[in-house]
Amino acid sequence: MILAFVETDASGATEVSREALTLAARMGAPLHAVVVGALPDGVVEQLGRYGVEVVHHAVGDAVAAFGGAAWAAAVQDAAGDAGVVVAPGTPRGMEVAAHLAARLDVPMAANVVAAGAGDPLRVTRQVVGGSVLEEMELPARPAVLTVAGHAVEDEPGDGVTATLRTFTPQVADADLVARVVSVEPVDDAGRSDALTSARVVVGAGRGAGSAAGFDATVELAELLGGALGVSRVVTSLGWRPHHEQIGQTGSRISPDVYIPCGISGAIQHWAGCASSRTILAINSDEAAPMVTKATYAVIGDMHEVVPAINAEIRRRRG
Amino acid sequence: MADVLVCIKRVPEVAGEVALTDDAQGVDARHVGYTISAHESCAVELAVRIATGTGGAATVLTLGTDDAVEQLRTALSLGCSRAVLIEADPSGFGPADVAREIAAVAREHDVVLLGNDAADTGDFQVGIRLAYALGRPVVNGARTVEVADGAVTAQVDGPDGIENYAVPLPAVVTVLEGGVEPRYPTITGRMKAKKVRVETVTPQRGPDGPGRVRLLLPPARPNVVEVLGEGPDAAKSVVDLLEKLGVAR
Ligand SMILES: Cc1cc2nc3c(=O)[nH]c(=O)nc-3n(C[C@H](O)[C@H](O)[C@H](O)COP(=O)(O)OP(=O)(O)OC[C@H]3O[C@@H](n4cnc5c(N)ncnc54)[C@H](O)[C@@H]3O)c2cc1C
Repeated sequence: MILAFVETDASGATEVSREALTLAARMGAPLHAVVVGALPDGVVEQLGRYGVEVVHHAVGDAVAAFGGAAWAAAVQDAAGDAGVVVAPGTPRGMEVAAHLAARLDVPMAANVVAAGAGDPLRVTRQVVGGSVLEEMELPARPAVLTVAGHAVEDEPGDGVTATLRTFTPQVADADLVARVVSVEPVDDAGRSDALTSARVVVGAGRGAGSAAGFDATVELAELLGGALGVSRVVTSLGWRPHHEQIGQTGSRISPDVYIPCGISGAIQHWAGCASSRTILAINSDEAAPMVTKATYAVIGDMHEVVPAINAEIRRRRG
Repeated sequence: MADVLVCIKRVPEVAGEVALTDDAQGVDARHVGYTISAHESCAVELAVRIATGTGGAATVLTLGTDDAVEQLRTALSLGCSRAVLIEADPSGFGPADVAREIAAVAREHDVVLLGNDAADTGDFQVGIRLAYALGRPVVNGARTVEVADGAVTAQVDGPDGIENYAVPLPAVVTVLEGGVEPRYPTITGRMKAKKVRVETVTPQRGPDGPGRVRLLLPPARPNVVEVLGEGPDAAKSVVDLLEKLGVAR
């Protein structure tokens, strides 16, 4: 059996979870899924479309709040004698998978982009922020792996009718010590969701020049109904908050259009934006890696180019 | 008084093209410098703050070769007072090996801080495996960490907002960049760091290894960039493009 740990939000299985399911379904059958916590309406049917035969739903006080150890205990319970356990390459997916691997004393491969068949199982995964790939062998059973976000196309497969199995996992007291005791909601302006789910992202880097140099890029993002993202130089200098950072140690984005302005395109930044569908780079240096890797580019000073674009958009809207 | 251990890893500071070694087992770092992950810089900062705030001490640890003393000295110059080198070639050690070796040193410390994931191997598991090896609770991906009254409180950015954790000592916490601003070394800090004797220990046993078959570079995406223009005159072509892509509304 192949077991996929699936994260959900109000709309169902999250995007990276669906990508992970797509990869899991290709690894063999039967495919099962485990959901811990909220089970949104329609998610059992949705998972069936990816070939999931059984959805294990963990319920009970022990898993009501998130805790890496308790949630991993639930996944371990559902895994039975699974040959492979797959999780999404999100912070929680990574955390639960690492707990599971530690509990079972088996290796874990993070950020997998492709998996072979064969024994021992051989996977390809992203290392060095995605700029290098590693072929790795996972000889132990179950093989535990997480699937890198936006590296596999989300594709439902041969649909089946999934059945739901609800269970209350046995969780030891020691596994309940580190768990979320309270959550402070933050308004949209204080979180990275807007950035990771935006169709259009306008980026700004050192070229912005100072904390006061973001007005035009912020305006462009607003005009396009998108979000602002920045480079690490910008957050390190305290010009913008860290939740806006794109890259290896920031958010991974995959918008339809990414417009990086005054960003050189260092590999750690590229790690976070490589899966953008179209990149339009605005940079004064035509040799900057961001320019040479982009689909389109404008060569020039962002402080002149971006206001001109904003003016043109406003002019056409009348 | 909290005794903190902070674990770091020396990694190549690559920014442009990455090259691999001839045996395809590592990144060729002959022409670049070395650094530690941004997550670990924040972990060092938090370790020093906790040590200062509680009147305790911060020890920095790495598993690496003699070269990694450079990164240990940087942490010493920032306020750590002891440094431990587990002397070994890190490329032969998998995350479970590293966790086992850190555990052998970590038992005497109240709090162990690590980065969320290493900048090179990106395994996302050493801290969690360490916690199991020590039989201690672990908070993963914390932006802020405080120690008071025998407990660690930590904040994590979760899907529904800022998640608060409170766990009793001793504990393990892995740190994500963004919650604190790492300080810069002072001249007196550097002078002090030079005088500290780095404690060297040998691994408990040979590693099981990372399971690595080989590294490879992703196929280069052949790319021809279309330059829309230079300077503000390009605005018209840009908006034409945005309209064509259906995002200019
Ligand atoms: C372990 C590690 C993790 C990292 N994680 C991240 C990460 O998550 N995200 C990240 O972004 N970086 C990360 N970095 C840093 C990364 O290596 C780069 O230093 C950083 O991305 C550079 O930011 P930048 O492009 O804004 O600045 P620079 O590299 O300085 O580039 C500025 C660019 O702006 C252009 N420019 C200047 N003025 C103008 C102007 N007026 N108009 C137009 N163009 C102009 C220049 O031509 C240049 O291309 C990490 C580094 C390490 C070592």
